[in-house]
Amino acid sequence: MSVKPRIRLDKKEAKKGDLVEVKALVQHTMETGQRKDSSGNTIPRKILNKFSCTVNGKEVFAADFEPSISANPYIQFKFKATESGPVVLTWIDDDGSKIVGEEKITVT
Amino acid sequence: MDLNLNRRQALAAGAGAIAAVAFGGAAAQAQAQAKNDIQEVIDKFTGGKKAAERLVRLDLPEIAENGNTVPIGVSVESPMTEQSYVKDLLVVADGNPRAGVATFHFTPNSGVAEVSTRIRLNATQHITAIARMNDGSLAMGTKEVKVTIGGCGG
Repeated sequence: MSVKPRIRLDKKEAKKGDLVEVKALVQHTMETGQRKDSSGNTIPRKILNKFSCTVNGKEVFAADFEPSISANPYIQFKFKATESGPVVLTWIDDDGSKIVGEEKITVT
Repeated sequence: MDLNLNRRQALAAGAGAIAAVAFGGAAAQAQAQAKNDIQEVIDKFTGGKKAAERLVRLDLPEIAENGNTVPIGVSVESPMTEQSYVKDLLVVADGNPRAGVATFHFTPNSGVAEVSTRIRLNATQHITAIARMNDGSLAMGTKEVKVTIGGCGG
């Protein structure tokens, strides 16, 4: 299953030291492991449990998610523009698979 | 914090008792779930230390109509420099089947300790955010959210 995350930076070009806001949305059921199906069997947990954002290879923000995070998880955070480069967002699934999205930031 | 939790537990227990009389099983069950693993999760994060109630601001609706997706914003006052920054931020909910909601990790390159996401809330409950600074000091904030329709399914 390959899903494409929707990522938005509030600016593509920033001055050094500016704050850049990142908004990201990814499609995922975030199955909690608490629900039961129609025959009463527990539906096993399957969530994105880790998130990280790197700018030009350096981690600026990361998160550990629990089942209390809503389906189709949305995340919004900021980073300080220091150098130009790729902004890479990675989500890691319980099954070990990864969802990766990329944007670019130009720092002047 | 201890005092706060005690008061909360007392309130939850009291409300549970009233609910049990007034509405019977279902409401009482919802209140009983307030006794989740919250203390464990908090202790694991804080190492048993107490957090000062300051600097952490939670942005949550007072009433959430749909517990499946409740917008939450958390911000922590900090200069976010190499010398002084917010390292980790734990968000817990005392009325969900499991208390842990998320842990966020900041760096000085975050520029500001602010994050927003959407969470599931099973019932009316308190959301607590605890921040750990790079020097190990702690700060926390709490807010109550009233939930009309619970969001944990099942």
